Amino acid sequence: MRRPDHNERPAMTEPKCTDHVTLNQWYPLGAIDEAPRARAIDTVLLEENLSYAVAGDGTVAAWRRREDLKPGMPVDVAALTDTLPAISAYGYVWASLGRPPAALFPIPEYAEPDRRKLNAATIGVNVSAPRAIENFLDMGHFPYVHTDILGAEPHTEVKEYDVEISTDRDEILATRCRFFQPMASTASDGGADVDYIYRVPHPFCSVLYKSSPLDETRLDVIAVFLQPLDQEHIRAHMMLCVLDDENEDKVIKRFQQTIFGQDKPILENQYPKRLPLDPRAETPIRADKSAIAYRRWLSQKGVTYGVIPAAA
Amino acid sequence: MLDQSRNRWHPIAASHDLAYRHVFHGQLLGREFAVWRADDDFVNIWENRCLHRGVRLSIGINDGRELKCQYHGWRYSNRTAGCTYIPAHPADAPARTITNRTFSAVERYGFVWTAEEPVGEVPGIAGLAEGDLLVLRGIPVNAAADRVVEHLQTHRFQPVGALDADGAEMVVETADAFSLALLARQGTAETRCVFFVQPVDAARSVIRGVLDRQPEAAQRMAVLRHHNERLSALRERIEDAVRGEPAPAPIEPVFDPVPAELAEMPQPTPHGRKATLRVEVARKWAAADGIAGFELTPLGGGLPTFQPGAHIDVHMPNGEIRQYSVVNGPGESDRFTIGVKREPESAGGSSCMHDTVREGDVLAISEPRNNFPLRRDASKTLLVAGGIGITPLLAMAQALHNQDLAFELHYFARDEAQMAFRERLDGLGATLHPHLGLDPQATGDTLSSLFSTYQDGMHLYLCGPGPMLEAARRVAAERGWPEQAIHFEYFKNTNEIDDSSTFEVALARSCLTFQVPAGRTILDMVRENGVDMPSSCEQGACGTCLATVIEGEPDHQDVYLNDTEKRSGTKIMTCVSRARSARLVLDL
Repeated sequence: MRRPDHNERPAMTEPKCTDHVTLNQWYPLGAIDEAPRARAIDTVLLEENLSYAVAGDGTVAAWRRREDLKPGMPVDVAALTDTLPAISAYGYVWASLGRPPAALFPIPEYAEPDRRKLNAATIGVNVSAPRAIENFLDMGHFPYVHTDILGAEPHTEVKEYDVEISTDRDEILATRCRFFQPMASTASDGGADVDYIYRVPHPFCSVLYKSSPLDETRLDVIAVFLQPLDQEHIRAHMMLCVLDDENEDKVIKRFQQTIFGQDKPILENQYPKRLPLDPRAETPIRADKSAIAYRRWLSQKGVTYGVIPAAA
Repeated sequence: MLDQSRNRWHPIAASHDLAYRHVFHGQLLGREFAVWRADDDFVNIWENRCLHRGVRLSIGINDGRELKCQYHGWRYSNRTAGCTYIPAHPADAPARTITNRTFSAVERYGFVWTAEEPVGEVPGIAGLAEGDLLVLRGIPVNAAADRVVEHLQTHRFQPVGALDADGAEMVVETADAFSLALLARQGTAETRCVFFVQPVDAARSVIRGVLDRQPEAAQRMAVLRHHNERLSALRERIEDAVRGEPAPAPIEPVFDPVPAELAEMPQPTPHGRKATLRVEVARKWAAADGIAGFELTPLGGGLPTFQPGAHIDVHMPNGEIRQYSVVNGPGESDRFTIGVKREPESAGGSSCMHDTVREGDVLAISEPRNNFPLRRDASKTLLVAGGIGITPLLAMAQALHNQDLAFELHYFARDEAQMAFRERLDGLGATLHPHLGLDPQATGDTLSSLFSTYQDGMHLYLCGPGPMLEAARRVAAERGWPEQAIHFEYFKNTNEIDDSSTFEVALARSCLTFQVPAGRTILDMVRENGVDMPSSCEQGACGTCLATVIEGEPDHQDVYLNDTEKRSGTKIMTCVSRARSARLVLDL
């Protein structure tokens, strides 16, 4: 599929994305810390050209791109009209092209005052959003893609774990996940099993809880918030909310960027780029329980954007 | 209009593109291929996606015998493209039906040719003699193949020997929809060049040219450069010509769905005691004193994928059926190699193989089954073989060796002359530890010292005569090896089977209840009631007829399950074991 040219279409036409489940979600557009104050910033969401801005007081706004507000031009956020729904959450500007829910999914740990919160990276990836979510949920690739960091041969086994679709919150929850990690903590040289919990509270966002190397009673939170540019291209925003009062920001960011940089070429060589929901398109194994649940959940919700729906 | 026939052969690579242990990315009519040459020179052309998560196999790793996917380390065998190992589940043998799509490959005129559904042979070209040709660099062109062929009609080049002159006389000797032969003549110099145009996609092509003979070494670079310049100029002309035209839509390849039984979760595939394959004895030789080696090649078609530890049933001319482990190393997929020991007291199986079966004979065999799968996530693996018990362990040793995993192969044999498959053993180097001529006492002492260093993450695989296995299992347990780290395979079950009991069996999923009378087995009665059930050795040694017990207490009489499994009461070998309780409910 050719990448659509986002500049050629006039604004305010029919939305390119006709999937209302997808259209009615909140999406991240950019990190608040990285946005110049009260200046227009251009971006793309679901094939629509948008702009957004962050006011000096932290208020955010998003609108369909227009000629009189070119990127970098000063913006009076409070005076803007004809804007899209927009909120500030978890360090990002979020907007919606449809009718979004009143609140974004909760991450209670974000409110804990002793945590470091930062945008580790915003990276463009030539893949559909659901393929990237599946990769985020996957442990089996650690020894092969994140060799000697998140995994190492011969410790390749994905041990049995539990997956449920939480009915009260409409999200996927994978618990009791464990995977062998070399250099699991700074305190010891050897490897050990590390615990993980995965949540998928949004079709294109996932939150991971992982044993903290510095405080064994608590969990680090790492989230990936995806901004679909179109069905086969995303910007991935990596949010960290971790217990670490030792390392500089750049050290923490570099680590996550290394990990993501290892995933990127794999994701960009997945074929087809959109996630096939037909159970017979690919071969799942027990280790893929969370991915199987995710594909079913997307099917049941009726998501058609970034996926190849199962034949009826 | 571009002819999109799937029956027509096209070149998709030059033979020299398939460099040692490289994986080449090819494409024909919109379909991508992973193209790789194994160390045995077989050229594999596969669908360019791993069956697991669709990652391109052209970014995978060619280890000479298998192709490994970069994403999750799934391994696919040379030739069959069957998956041989899934690292996320090291204790399970992958279902044999996880097999990637393969395409025909023929090497001719210095190119690798394929077609989705080829009909006939690769076309012969008059004036091109195999062997002495000069293959030019493939030139990609952003234009449909039919347009490229059209422009090639007026292509000009200089013959070898008159490269620096200009204005050679050009003759179009032959032409068809995807190729043409051009002859360039100047004075006495004359060179024929055949061009094949590979339709990569609806609007993309590769020009693959080959000269009718190798120029002298000194001229070679100049000739290649000349054609490179001429073809690059041609490429620009063609692309200029088609620039204004609407580009045809890319061809969407259709992918085969995976088999329905694999779509949800891998389930063991049911197989009866069936001999579905016909093989020819291509070679029979003395693999050691008293051990005959057999190489079995398929009669038409290929062989299914095997994994280390797998065995096949061999149906013999005298009506006997015996199980033999596949000795092959990874990627050796054009034949099965087995070793048969002459058993003086056998019921006629081994003597038939030794005395009656000859090279050229045809035998019926089952598909390979793996009830002795090899984990490859051990920190170190100990393989301990006694006598002919070397056969499954030799397959394992070759797989571990190929992957550079830590292991030792301990081979107990009477003397050097009784060590089988010497050439394979020699390939293992220092990992092979022979223990020759030991009596039972010395064997016990050696095992005791071998097993003295258990560390978490180590695994032990045992195969050999019953008394040695019993001793080895006992010593390992005494030395602190946990039961789940000890894997074993008996040749046969020497327990005396007591089949005097009578009990009721209910099959939960089939909704059937029946009596098992004295003298009959559960397996017999299951089949008599119309439920298909796989089996192989039918004496409680191989593990094929395993069933899950939902209710009731089994009376274990097999040598396949370990003690923990037996105590748990949740599994039963239906060919020999029975019930202590009046009723057994099985998950069948």
